[in-house]
Amino acid sequence: MTIQSTLSDVGNLGVSTKVDRAAYLLGLLSLRSELPSELAGLKEIRDRAFSLVRDRAIPSTREEEWRFTDLSGLLQVQFQNSAPSEIGFPQIESFLLPESTNSRLVFVDGVYAPALSAVNDLPDGVLAGNLAAGVQLFPKLYEHLALHPGGEEIFTALNTASFTDGAIVWVPKNQAITPPIHLLFVSTREALCHPRALVVAETGSSVTLVEEYVCLAEGAYFTNPVTEIWLGENAEVRHTRVQRDSVAAFHIGKTAVSQARDSRYDCTTVSLGGKLSRHHLEVYQTGEQTDTKLNGLTIVDGDRLGDTHSLIALSQPYGTANQVNKTIVSDRAHAVFNGRVVVPKAAQLTNAAQLSRNLLLSPKARVDTKPQLEITADNVKCAHGATVSQLEDDEVFYLQSRGIEADQARKLLTYAFAIEVIDRISVASLRNALTQLVRIQSA
Amino acid sequence: MSDVILSVKDLTAEVDGTPILKGFNLEIKAGEIHAIMGPNGSGKSTFSKILAGHPAYTVTGGEIVFQGQNLLELEPDERAKSGVFLAFQYPLEIPGVSNVDFLRVSYNAKRKHEGLDELDAFDFDEVVRSKVTLLKMDPSFLNRSVNEGFSGGEKKRNEILQMALLEPSLGILDEIDSGLDIDALKVVASSVNALKKPENATLIITHYQRLLNYITPDFVHVMANGRILKSGGKDLALELEAKGYDWVLDSQAVGA
Repeated sequence: MTIQSTLSDVGNLGVSTKVDRAAYLLGLLSLRSELPSELAGLKEIRDRAFSLVRDRAIPSTREEEWRFTDLSGLLQVQFQNSAPSEIGFPQIESFLLPESTNSRLVFVDGVYAPALSAVNDLPDGVLAGNLAAGVQLFPKLYEHLALHPGGEEIFTALNTASFTDGAIVWVPKNQAITPPIHLLFVSTREALCHPRALVVAETGSSVTLVEEYVCLAEGAYFTNPVTEIWLGENAEVRHTRVQRDSVAAFHIGKTAVSQARDSRYDCTTVSLGGKLSRHHLEVYQTGEQTDTKLNGLTIVDGDRLGDTHSLIALSQPYGTANQVNKTIVSDRAHAVFNGRVVVPKAAQLTNAAQLSRNLLLSPKARVDTKPQLEITADNVKCAHGATVSQLEDDEVFYLQSRGIEADQARKLLTYAFAIEVIDRISVASLRNALTQLVRIQSA
Repeated sequence: MSDVILSVKDLTAEVDGTPILKGFNLEIKAGEIHAIMGPNGSGKSTFSKILAGHPAYTVTGGEIVFQGQNLLELEPDERAKSGVFLAFQYPLEIPGVSNVDFLRVSYNAKRKHEGLDELDAFDFDEVVRSKVTLLKMDPSFLNRSVNEGFSGGEKKRNEILQMALLEPSLGILDEIDSGLDIDALKVVASSVNALKKPENATLIITHYQRLLNYITPDFVHVMANGRILKSGGKDLALELEAKGYDWVLDSQAVGA
């Protein structure tokens, strides 16, 4: 990596901006490796994504979708191809979950690490592995890979044009998997990588998924992951997505979920790292009576930025959607939330609620929140709201009146605000680890 | 050593520039129970919050001496650690913090202040359970988030549990009876009575005489318009119940 300050200067100027942003994106695209022969069937998808990206540019804040999230900082960082790191078990030990001792897939800088993975605790018929191997067993995966709406979004397309492998979890019909499946993506060096995951939960199946992004060193790398999840009829997926990247890193990720009728998707996202992080979370209800729960927590400090762009698209009757997104912003940090809930005319008798709650801990901290309900159905129950607040004096006073010093009272209240989201995580070891992290961050 | 716990002289205070207390005087000695009664807006809740140090109120004159110390110089947490306890009229909910953790942090803050070792979760559990038993509370209370989803009665009992743990020299009960049905009221009152000690004092702030059927005060004060207008024994409360507040206010107007 080199820092080129001249590039960033141009980044803020008129016409030349377009060119430099386009050139920069092309540079990122040119770093992609060849597809392995096993995945030759992906060539068409990849080429299509390539042509989507080729003529475009890194978005600027003049585009509505990127109004609050300035990518100029990314333009200052140059990435090069380098050989993947060799890391051993001891280096990732602290990230492992005892519940997933034998249901774990590890990727190092985007490359599958079979020696660090272990999947011998899964019932017959369940596939958990890497795409290159999985495609032999499940040629059907082509019916699911890169087929979600929203694939033309620039960073999603960049991933689709560039990824060369990924994780696959395939849960057959009526199979309920008890141990959580842990997808661990480890960054070790200052590089660009495109982690990819495909999860298919067939009719009547049930699975718990932990998707986690961690790093071994505080470097300025760029992680651009895409995870696709397909829920069959009456399937249930409990998903926890944890982003603990380096505070110097860039993380722009996508989670796209499709839910067939009667399915239940429960997602908890926790974003703690990243100099600039953005998560696109898109859920498409495609059948009747689907249930979607999204709970998010973003904590940013220093001059970091954390952004969540979510979409819940209902399309059928009797669906429910419930979303709470929380941010804690201190120092000069900046949190962004843009949450769309779309309830078209066909989605009658649905129930949708969305709440954006933001806690500002310093006068220079900033939040831009935009909850949006787009309703054209006329027989629905929908609610949304946003709160931006500092800690309430009355709350601090209540704790003080019990002998707790003001400073400690503020920390306790901040911790409490965060822990409400973390407490939803069903995997105990992960919940405890994150509780500790939040306790330290608010201490 | 004097047995005066609290001495308030000529206290004046305001909120956002509006005077609320206008020359307030009160003396409370060890072992006594005082009740301040008065109509809404008389300033009685304001007085309790000023004692605890709420930042919204500005003291503009007079003094408050608590066990020989100038109370107004202390931060709210220092007051609590020195032995002032305010049971809130509207206890706050703190989702995400378990009641037992909150109680332990509070209990240990006081112990630290007194130069004692802090208790770990295990030892504290024993202490808190003995208090829960004393107050005839459901132990499942402890594992829920502080006041979250508690009924009105549960919140008030939780305040009394905190008071039981912190063993204050001066317990101030701000409208502890408001919103309680008669059964909950009896439980709260008997808990307060159970906690009474000769070296401590209790100040009850209430709008209703009903509570004083269960906690017998040594002194009753009638407050209106930022001042105490009339003081007396427990019979004064009965008189107020029978005649309402107006006769005190009227006699004051005549006297003035």
